[in-house]
Amino acid sequence: MSTPQTKIVPPLINLIRYNGLPILQQLHVEEQLLRTSSDNWCIVNDGTEDPTIVMGISGVPSDLLEIESVLRDGIPVIRRFSGGGTVIVDSGTVFVTLICNKEAVPDLQPYPRPIMSWSGHLYDRVFRGIGDFHLRENDYVFGNCKFGGNAQSITKTRWVHHTSFLWDYDVRNMAYLKHPKRVPEYRVARDHLEFICRMKDYMPRSMFIDRTIEALETDFSLRCIEPNGMASFLDEKFRHSTRLLTRQELEAANYASLDEISMLS
Amino acid sequence: MALRMWASSTASALRISCGSKSHLSPAFSLSRCFSTVLDGLKYASSHEWVKHEGSVATVGITDHAQDHLGEVVFVDLPEPGGSVGQGSSFGAVESVKATSDINSPISGEIVEVNSKLTESPGLVNSSPYEDGWMIKVKPSNPSELESLLGSKEYTKFCEEEDAAH
Repeated sequence: MSTPQTKIVPPLINLIRYNGLPILQQLHVEEQLLRTSSDNWCIVNDGTEDPTIVMGISGVPSDLLEIESVLRDGIPVIRRFSGGGTVIVDSGTVFVTLICNKEAVPDLQPYPRPIMSWSGHLYDRVFRGIGDFHLRENDYVFGNCKFGGNAQSITKTRWVHHTSFLWDYDVRNMAYLKHPKRVPEYRVARDHLEFICRMKDYMPRSMFIDRTIEALETDFSLRCIEPNGMASFLDEKFRHSTRLLTRQELEAANYASLDEISMLS
Repeated sequence: MALRMWASSTASALRISCGSKSHLSPAFSLSRCFSTVLDGLKYASSHEWVKHEGSVATVGITDHAQDHLGEVVFVDLPEPGGSVGQGSSFGAVESVKATSDINSPISGEIVEVNSKLTESPGLVNSSPYEDGWMIKVKPSNPSELESLLGSKEYTKFCEEEDAAH
């Protein structure tokens, strides 16, 4: 007599799709959901309006930014709650964020490298047959050109893995960023524009988003939440650590940096 | 010669440290958990350790934690004078593009913070139980220590956690 197979029900994940949500608001939503929600979430934000610089938690403006140009052009600079490097994002950037309970993915240890590796397998399914996709060190690449940058934040019971995908970018915006001190080994000696590539050269934008959602259905059962339905999950009183740097802070960083240069010369 | 080479590589894998400065001794086992666990400390299941000496408890993250996190490039710690609650986050470490919360194994007032970690965050990797200490706390409820794991229990916990994944 055969025993009935127990059907394994995948965990629920709430899917919310934004279009052009300002990146500061997106990060605020993510930080709050990480800290206060007990649900799993996937946030897709298709572009953000204005060019904005986003640094990781330990980012030092004078090391990472051409501050004088940033101040001259009034480019907003955010310090986010997660680790990782600095990006400049705009309407050509597509954001995908996963916020999960540590038990959501069976056998996944809630540490940076296992989570990164798991995400690589997820996106293997998204990009199957398209370009030469890999997770390379901590970046998503086609061949050896980066098109997706990752960062994470891990608490006792939950984790966030968020990605900014370079659908397209404005070369002029990249000029606001300095060559960072820490670069991945595979970058070798390439300057920024030789190191990155555009997703739009590989697949339509809507196809990427549809395939990402489809890939998620391997591990989760999806529940769609409308953006205007988010109010019940969010509390205005939540204190975010993600914030916009003030003009005064950037000016002080620039002044300190110029002072250091003049002392060394 | 072969036996000496085997012993040397095994010692390296077990990360045997003498711990002589703090009168602690390593409790190690030949298991999948090739991390150092010291006797005389208490451990939280979130991989922090606490050493209670007199009126002060010193807190840091374990060798198991630093090994799984990777190279620590930044440590975000609070100011002295604040308070911590058992099991609650008091700061974070950054490694491999991730921030990871550090949770206090004990409640109390923060009386000292390891300022060396600002310039040398790698001390968390190279010396998690000594130079990589993070905060010193004046415990408000020392009986909380009884709820923590001893060295043998923590070693077993790490082995089970690693075996399950």
